[in-house]
Amino acid sequence: MSSPRKQIILGHYLGGVNHHTVWSDPAAGSQIAFSSFRHAAQAAERGKFDFFFLAEGLILRERLGQIFDQDIVGRPDTLPVLASLAAVTEHLGLVGTLNATFNEPYELARQLASLDHLSGGRAGWNVVTSFDAFTGQNFRRGGFLHRDDRYVRAEEFVALARQLWDSWAADAIVADAENGRFLRDAAAGTFRHSGRQFDVAGQFNVPRSPQGRPVVLQAGVSPQGRDFAAATADAIFSPYHELGPAQEYYRDIQARLVRAGRPPGSVKLLPGGTFILGDTEADAVERQREVARAQVSGRTAQILLETVWNRDLSGYDPDGPLPDIDPDPTGPPVIQGRARLAEDPFETVRTWRALAEANRYSLRDLAIRVFSHTEFVGTPTQIADRLDHFVQNDGSDGFILGSHVTPGGIDEFVDKVVPLLQERGSLRAEYSGTTLRDNLGLPPVPVAADRTPQGTPA
Amino acid sequence: MPEPDPLHLAVALDGAGWHPAAWREPSARPRELFSPGYWVDLVTEAERGLLDFVTFEDSLALQSSLLGGPDGRTDQVRGRLDAVLVAARVAPLTSRIGLVPATSVLHTEPFHLSKAIATLDYTSGGRAGWRVQAGRPAESPHFGRRDSPEITFDNLDTPEIQAFVAASFDEAADHVEVVRRLWDSWEDDAEIRDAATGRFVDRDKLHYIDFEGRWFSVRGPSITPRPPQGQPPVTALAHATIPYRLAARAADVVYVTPHDLDQVRAIVAEVRDEQDRAGRAGETLHVFADLVVVLDDTAEAAADRLGRLDGHLDAPAGSDAKTFAGTPAGLADLLLDWQAAGLTGYRLRPAVLPDDLTAITRRLAPELARRGRFRTEYRTTTLRGHLGLPRPASRYAAAAEQRIEVASS
Repeated sequence: MSSPRKQIILGHYLGGVNHHTVWSDPAAGSQIAFSSFRHAAQAAERGKFDFFFLAEGLILRERLGQIFDQDIVGRPDTLPVLASLAAVTEHLGLVGTLNATFNEPYELARQLASLDHLSGGRAGWNVVTSFDAFTGQNFRRGGFLHRDDRYVRAEEFVALARQLWDSWAADAIVADAENGRFLRDAAAGTFRHSGRQFDVAGQFNVPRSPQGRPVVLQAGVSPQGRDFAAATADAIFSPYHELGPAQEYYRDIQARLVRAGRPPGSVKLLPGGTFILGDTEADAVERQREVARAQVSGRTAQILLETVWNRDLSGYDPDGPLPDIDPDPTGPPVIQGRARLAEDPFETVRTWRALAEANRYSLRDLAIRVFSHTEFVGTPTQIADRLDHFVQNDGSDGFILGSHVTPGGIDEFVDKVVPLLQERGSLRAEYSGTTLRDNLGLPPVPVAADRTPQGTPA
Repeated sequence: MPEPDPLHLAVALDGAGWHPAAWREPSARPRELFSPGYWVDLVTEAERGLLDFVTFEDSLALQSSLLGGPDGRTDQVRGRLDAVLVAARVAPLTSRIGLVPATSVLHTEPFHLSKAIATLDYTSGGRAGWRVQAGRPAESPHFGRRDSPEITFDNLDTPEIQAFVAASFDEAADHVEVVRRLWDSWEDDAEIRDAATGRFVDRDKLHYIDFEGRWFSVRGPSITPRPPQGQPPVTALAHATIPYRLAARAADVVYVTPHDLDQVRAIVAEVRDEQDRAGRAGETLHVFADLVVVLDDTAEAAADRLGRLDGHLDAPAGSDAKTFAGTPAGLADLLLDWQAAGLTGYRLRPAVLPDDLTAITRRLAPELARRGRFRTEYRTTTLRGHLGLPRPASRYAAAAEQRIEVASS
């Protein structure tokens, strides 16, 4: 290859609250103790990962009006955990998923800027929006946001957050004790914004943070989402794991970047994924089979299918055929608190029936096939090959990896796969910068802040 | 004669210290106020002095010498980091001292705040507390969701402003109620990991809080399991009857600002009266006096230092709390005198950081210990433990037990 090797960007996310995390595994630890987060973050830093990543869910899931009890559940608040992790790591980026619907820009922007100060420039924000009234029950405004307005909300929120981050010039604090001048200018932090979602003005109270602007991550698949991500994100949580579609997505985002006036490569594409290692390929496949059955018990299989059928399927034998009735998308929701899984449930069910018939799948087999995703299964060499090949061929710029075992599942990857990636020069042997932007190879934010108090910067 | 109760000592951390000119002192680190190392050093020092806890000031507006909006000054420290996150940053690097961030509550979500403090309790191993504050009117335009009247020192006592203040504190009380219910919404043993039945949690031990109030409704349960302390201590600063009432209803520690012994007696009596009215007569409600302290080897040296600081100002520094300038031994005398009038502890506000903090940890605390009135080592590992507060059962666990009793009787 003539061009230099791309450096693989690696993030590690610690188990979600869903069936992917196998709490019955003897190696499974606490999902809430700080020691688990410290272990996972320090392991990732030992493996020279770029960042640590936390997801978020703001309400406990329910099924037929009762709280889910079969999945791992109970997680900490994202920002304080990241701030505590900043004390026990040195280089690792600290990225949190934080909701743009149930937060206000002044508060969230200052929390992220504070995290950036407290971590020496390692803060990142994965922007998500919720539009469901179910989650709204825990918040002041209830389910106020219309589904069609979620990008409007997110776009305006991010633009305003950036205005706030830019509102202090880099040299705003002079701290001249002799002459009694702490601030260069009393107008530090001045902002004004008037839009559909927010009408605010005043002075921001956190000085410019080490990165200037914390790193912004987004997920975007729809054309609207892709444009939004191309216009505003530093990194994208990409959904594609097959090289062909991933390359197409990669090219598409680069084109949209250019149309948005940004240089190619200024947004990093990062699919999420989990891995299972084995000493031999057969060993890995066997482990994967066991993990999948632990993830998707008969009961979990029924519930997962209920997310598409929107019917109580508890009467259907998990080892029997798929339910012979049609989905009921207009009925009262059976499952609440997780994203809708199918735009067209009838079409999804048709596809699944065909898949089940072709493979002679039981209800549970089918659920395992479609809901137990382990993207990377193989020997350390096979997985290193696959990750590297994917990145070097512009399927992505890296990966956000998780494990079905909390919190120690990442250790095996760090010990066995990371050295192979380092040997081929696709992963750093040592950190070279100090900030998350440095880790990701993103250009620094221009220092000259837009300090005009009028309107929103483009 | 019974042993006099030992004192509880906390230190309030803010910027370069509580004197507006503190940042100009030779020992100050005004360029590091936004760096983690600065805060780690201060809290480590406070822990070395065996203090019960430190508080971290915060607000959702720029500091100002005015009650309303910004004052346009450039000669004082401006800008603050989020207090909860500063506390969380310090937590893994300390082991015993309580960490009590302040939060404004009129624009923030009780659901978020509850899990934030619970999480601080996890990452600190049971050392989290919280200072609830109603917040300043200047915060409102930063959120744009509600109007606040313009408040000045002149109109503060008018009926309109007093009604606004009362409503703000009622809302703050609702906020605390929701936060506390959410902390209890997971019973301690809700997580069962029962492989036999495939259940991770016992859903009968997760509770909807179903709070419906004038300002907000919150359903719950929390997404965060019950914190290690069960209920991290809630604290509040109070200068008048309305906030005394909030503290008496909702807090474990109230900070008050008497300027002399008579005021100590009067304020303690009023707080205790409000506590009785709130139906909490049997519970521990600590009453701490806030004092700004300037400490030196001699009273003259302390007065000189305060004079030098004040000399930087165009007008004398106004303060809600009394300023004490003197020796550590002299301060110890004052603290014990006032304690005899009903206080249970103090939140000292160092005029200058780190100078007056170091004087507290290395001179005052040992002086009080010599007099048998302060600890010589930490005897507990949690903030509730330091404050002599037992760990309460979840209110919902108690209710569940009652239901079982009723059913079986």
